[in-house]
Amino acid sequence: MGELKRSTQVIEAGEGAAFATTRLADMLAWAQKYSLFMYPFVTACCGMEFMAVSSPRYDFSRFGSEAPRFSPRQSDLLWVVGTITQRQAPILKRIYEQMAEPKWVLAFGTCASCGGFYDNYACVAGVDKVIPCDVYVPGCPPRPEGVLDGLMLLQDKIQSGDRRPSIVKPRHDPAVDQSLGLVDLKRSVKA
Amino acid sequence: MAQALIDLLKSQFPTAVLETHSQHGDETVVLDVRQWKAVAEFLYSSPKAAMNMLTDLTVVDYPDREPRFEVVAHLLSLSLGHRLRIKARVGDEAGEGANIDTLTEIWASANWAEREAFDMFGVNFVGHPDLRRILMYPEFQGHALRKDYPADKIQPLVPYREIPGIEKVAPFGRDEGMSFGRQTHSRWADDSEDSQAN
Repeated sequence: MGELKRSTQVIEAGEGAAFATTRLADMLAWAQKYSLFMYPFVTACCGMEFMAVSSPRYDFSRFGSEAPRFSPRQSDLLWVVGTITQRQAPILKRIYEQMAEPKWVLAFGTCASCGGFYDNYACVAGVDKVIPCDVYVPGCPPRPEGVLDGLMLLQDKIQSGDRRPSIVKPRHDPAVDQSLGLVDLKRSVKA
Repeated sequence: MAQALIDLLKSQFPTAVLETHSQHGDETVVLDVRQWKAVAEFLYSSPKAAMNMLTDLTVVDYPDREPRFEVVAHLLSLSLGHRLRIKARVGDEAGEGANIDTLTEIWASANWAEREAFDMFGVNFVGHPDLRRILMYPEFQGHALRKDYPADKIQPLVPYREIPGIEKVAPFGRDEGMSFGRQTHSRWADDSEDSQAN
């Protein structure tokens, strides 16, 4: 995760000295992905798991996502942690609009991703109905490993310079990579 | 113990008690809605009842009954250690005319409970000091826990983003990410459509 893209070249200058050339955009993306100032928009029980993943055992500050900023104007990454009700949606949207570009959104848990079982009059079925969302971390609540994976996916997306408001494609899909994955198995049984 | 309380109520308000029943040791009295507050005041002030706590107040909607709503109040006497459930029936078939006296002046805890009952069922508590919605927003139309409120009806305060397929944006497949009640299960029942898509 630490390396820059292929545009980087390290040139030896002799006697242990070296310098590197790269593109400015890649350099900036590299800096951005390791300095994600976060705004935790914590509304529900997923907040406990958010605390777990931010505390020393899992410690997402290892990924440069350490500093919480309780002003949206100072933050890059909006963590939507928990259920968003229709009543809260204007607040969330306003928080998102107040954040300065570039900004990213991570939907933490099933409720923020798709509403989960809150299929009712009161809740928004996923934050992407209101604001663009970059990464969806499933789980009720997600395991800290899943959250860290989502964070690393977001870092990949930032490094790649992809600014489309959508999800990051998985780095690999085990169901496709395996010669006889679950999908193939299901097909062959039916055939 | 609670049976003695019901007998006391019957002697005190012969026209108010419509019916009584008992389940798992909890006594219920169905009251005439016009005497709802008078009976409640008696239960609060009478030394034999001494109902000094209103633990809950809520509403049940029976759409095929007339009157349609049943207002339920759970009373507890902390000094005498007995409980009583009182009910009153209000509202016509369309849910109109559901008026009942407030209990806020007797038990302060009725304030928010009645606001919630008003918010969710549209029962009007006459004399309530501040009868506003408590859970839903003021723009909300209708009453969400009425049986005739559509189960999938939402009233967003923020308009949803204008992108195609907003009700099902990535990363979810056709049925994924939908609540269980909305899933069609077609991909499990018949895989042919799925195979063509792949």
